[in-house]
Amino acid sequence: MTSSNKNIIEVNNLVTHYGDRQILNGIDFSVEKGEIRVIMGGSGSGKSTLLNHMLALLTPTSGSIVIDNVDVVNANRKTLLKLRQKMGVAFQGGALFSSMTVGENIKLPLQHHTKLDEHTIDIMTRLKLELMNLAGFEDLMPSELSGGMLKRAGLARAVIMDPKLLFFDEPSAGLDPVTAVELDELILKLRDAMNMTIIVVTHELESAFKIADRITVLFDGEIAITGTVDEIKNSKDVRIQNMINRRARDEHLDADEYIKRLTTGKN
Amino acid sequence: MKKMNVNFIVGLFMLFGMATMAYLSVTIAGVSGYSDDSYQLVAKFDSSSGLKEGAFIEIAGVKAGKVISIELDKESFESVAVFVFDSGVILAEDTIASIRTSGIIGDKFVKISPGASDELLKSGDEIIETESSISIEELVSKYIFSSDSDNE
Amino acid sequence: MLTVFMTKAKAKIEHLGDSGVDIVESSGRLGVFLFNTLSRLWMYRFPLEETIKQLLFIGARTVPLILISGLFTGMVIALQFYDTLIRFGSVDLLGAAVAMSLIRELGPVMAALMVIARVGSATCAEIGIMRNEQQFDALDCMAIDSYHYVMLPRLLAAIVSVPLLTAMFDTFGIGGGYIVGVLIHGVSDGAFLVGMADTIVWNDVWMGIVKSFLFGLVIMSVCLSKGFYLHIEQKQSGAVGVSQATTQAVVLSAVLMLFVDYIVSSLML
Repeated sequence: MTSSNKNIIEVNNLVTHYGDRQILNGIDFSVEKGEIRVIMGGSGSGKSTLLNHMLALLTPTSGSIVIDNVDVVNANRKTLLKLRQKMGVAFQGGALFSSMTVGENIKLPLQHHTKLDEHTIDIMTRLKLELMNLAGFEDLMPSELSGGMLKRAGLARAVIMDPKLLFFDEPSAGLDPVTAVELDELILKLRDAMNMTIIVVTHELESAFKIADRITVLFDGEIAITGTVDEIKNSKDVRIQNMINRRARDEHLDADEYIKRLTTGKN
Repeated sequence: MKKMNVNFIVGLFMLFGMATMAYLSVTIAGVSGYSDDSYQLVAKFDSSSGLKEGAFIEIAGVKAGKVISIELDKESFESVAVFVFDSGVILAEDTIASIRTSGIIGDKFVKISPGASDELLKSGDEIIETESSISIEELVSKYIFSSDSDNE
Repeated sequence: MLTVFMTKAKAKIEHLGDSGVDIVESSGRLGVFLFNTLSRLWMYRFPLEETIKQLLFIGARTVPLILISGLFTGMVIALQFYDTLIRFGSVDLLGAAVAMSLIRELGPVMAALMVIARVGSATCAEIGIMRNEQQFDALDCMAIDSYHYVMLPRLLAAIVSVPLLTAMFDTFGIGGGYIVGVLIHGVSDGAFLVGMADTIVWNDVWMGIVKSFLFGLVIMSVCLSKGFYLHIEQKQSGAVGVSQATTQAVVLSAVLMLFVDYIVSSLML
């Protein structure tokens, strides 16, 4: 625990399986306080799995995850509840509850974890809505919002408790470029205004390069590289260069292998 | 305002449900506690076949009480039935209790034929004169065999 | 030839074994789910506000359906019984027959079927979609207990609502029977009402209450758990998964409900 003061997240040798299939293969990963860390990788690279493990939604096969000095894997329910009140998570589709208005959704954590009176809660809710450019939308139902607004509302709910640590899953997926840029600005604003540590999972290069202090790139369940934007750009790793230059994976194929795979459906 | 409305509708629902449940239990099932000081009489039958707890008691064709328990007297092998009467009914000592059937396939009930004696039964006393259940099979066989015996 | 047959048979048997394991697993999950949900009763404060919301949806909004179906059920069984009883000259028993069959059997079962159709399917789909849209993950991450916040209010509301709805169904069914028997076919209203009151005992009403209470519990826990474990139990994801889970929930809750019906009847008769 020497580095525990500096690192808010510490993942050691994380191995996970989905059924019989191995997803993560010995991940070592750490995040410093106050940084914006972007986790990148194509689909199937295990970035969402890594996120879900850090959120303690899944149990790993082996390895350890320590967040804010709490061993997440072996923590009991009470410790985990305490930790989660210091964490905010913005899900991909917002994950707002469709039976409640946007405002009710956003105040939910406050109502559950604080003893503030209704009036104060309303003010804090409006403050966060204002921050997300959603003022005046609190009485609408989630189904009446656009995709970008849903993401921003989800983000408002994630930061309503002023967490130390914010996770953001795919902030720009499925958004038009302008809205995506707005969300990037919001993330930067949040870090500067509230001094949060922010972990963003994305596959969008542009937004990653814009917001990240450091980037971690995952390939096939292993970490390919962790570094600053420049380090990533100058990396000599072919896979990373392919990713940056949007080249398809060139798999050198053995002709016999290929025929065999096509005819039998097996490797 | 909106919340008031929800609570109000749910309250109405609960009250309506409770009311129908009370209707079923009190009016139809006739739940009413019989206190110990109600007028109860005991009667012994050779057979109370078909008579059930809760069966009603008629005096002159009018419902006047209920059977609250039927048990076997383990020494005399008789059926011991306990009757509870509606308030105000007091019977004489030579009253007759008989088990009858309403219609052909209807329920069994107890018919009380009031006596004329001056001596009245106190609560807990026994009605001495009783007539047991008559089963249809017995009636039918009696009819068949009695016509046989006429020919002899 | 024989070997082909053997392999096919073996595959069939293996499949049978798999579905056997599935059944055991899903009943295990149902039990765990029920335990987890009910244990929240004494782990947290009582979720009053949420339960009232659900009482509105499960109970109050189902009342019109219950009243109409109760009325017609009562009318049709009165018609059937009238037609039968008049052959034996025992039309006086009509009230008793209608009330007895409603209170003991038809009321609880029909009301429960109506609740499955209107509430069970909708609840399962809602919970399934919540699972699909990561809403349960979001609740976990907000440190809000899904069992306490989402499941318990729905279960409690169902347990309270179904017996009340059943009592309404019974009452309106008896009313329907009265309309057909007394008003249409001219059975004497005294015979109808008194016969009914004399035949039905408290045990009959009690049996109806016990049944409907258990039905509420069974229906809601099956529908909730089918939606909640969508990601584990359904092979297909997305909309297909939700529709499959909903179908399974409706079928399973109806069958389990009738099974419980038989058990309670055989224990209490």
